[in-house]
Amino acid sequence: MVSTTLPSTAQVWDWLAEVPDPEIPVISVTDLGIVRSVEWQGDTLVVHVTPTYSGCPATSIIALDIETALRARGIENLRIERRLSPPWTTDWLSDEGREKLEAYGIAPPQPAGGPARCPHCGGTDLERISQFGSTPCKAQWRCRGCLEPFDYFKCI
Amino acid sequence: MTRDEALFEFCLRLGDTTLILGHRVSEWCGHAPILEEDIALANTALDLIGETQMWLSLAGEIEGKGRNADDLAYLRDAWDFRNLLLVERPNGDFGRTVMRQFLYDAFASLMLAGLMKSADTRVAQIAAKASKEVAYHLERSADLVVRLGDGTAESHARMQAALDEHWPYALEMFVADDVDCVLAEVGIAPDPSTLRADWDALTGRVLSQATLDIPDSGFAHKGGKSGRHTEHLGHVLTEMQWLQRAYPGARW
Repeated sequence: MVSTTLPSTAQVWDWLAEVPDPEIPVISVTDLGIVRSVEWQGDTLVVHVTPTYSGCPATSIIALDIETALRARGIENLRIERRLSPPWTTDWLSDEGREKLEAYGIAPPQPAGGPARCPHCGGTDLERISQFGSTPCKAQWRCRGCLEPFDYFKCI
Repeated sequence: MTRDEALFEFCLRLGDTTLILGHRVSEWCGHAPILEEDIALANTALDLIGETQMWLSLAGEIEGKGRNADDLAYLRDAWDFRNLLLVERPNGDFGRTVMRQFLYDAFASLMLAGLMKSADTRVAQIAAKASKEVAYHLERSADLVVRLGDGTAESHARMQAALDEHWPYALEMFVADDVDCVLAEVGIAPDPSTLRADWDALTGRVLSQATLDIPDSGFAHKGGKSGRHTEHLGHVLTEMQWLQRAYPGARW
């Protein structure tokens, strides 16, 4: 008989921190705040994931990526469940995630409802082009200083 | 009518309305007047399809006959659909599409706010998720109604024509029936007729800023909520369902 020790949930969280978001690969699924809980139910690992936007096509890819990553770590009994409530909010983006977004050229969400500065040149003379962008979670803005358009991760 | 029978019907009304509107809006993909609007329309359609997934999944769960959201979306015919007539209206020009969206968004924002307080937790949770998305839809559609209504003589005339055309269809949103009464009584959903005053105030503010005249007719086309549709729905379904009809059970 082989006895195995289940990895701790803290260990699983560390592994999940290495799973990139498929649309914005510079941040991880934990940076994004969509992994809501990790728990062992008997010998089955249950991971609760919440969607960013209800129709976001990345949602099923994210579940697949999480499953692939955890199976690669040797977890055999795994269940990924969707949790709708409380609904995802950009307040759950980690501080590290915000920094990574900005370095990547996406302005992180701000309580004021618009970007604080241009992620390219740091300018603050900005204009909104559209409240909708290349993915459901982003809006399009432009910097009047450097004239570059950029993505803004909009508050929700 | 039992509570669950009413709730099943109600979830179909919400889910079918977002499904058909989402499909209509998606028809603009690649055809919008400017790129930013093309992207905004596609994103709005995506949110609406996402909301559909939630409402029709819940409908299938309540019905308890093993039908999932896809079964309900792709394998029912027109008379089993419960969407509002407004959303099956053809897109027309960009102004008509925007006006239809605005009249619906204003209603959806109020209905979802009411549903967030639903006695049924599942309904309240879906409403909480959807209302965040609808807030962005309403912000955009209201903004465009003002810009186009208070724009050029041409855009003003088109927006007024759009409002006149959609108005009697929009009023179906507030006509309550047995389903609505059963659910209002047990605190699951607000009686839609009680949302009219707030909707009038919200749309009135925007339409007046858009320099548009609100039609004074109180006539409402009815039938969508009970499965009596205009000829347009059949054409939408023909396009939307053809793959599952031609290749039953086909999967990606």
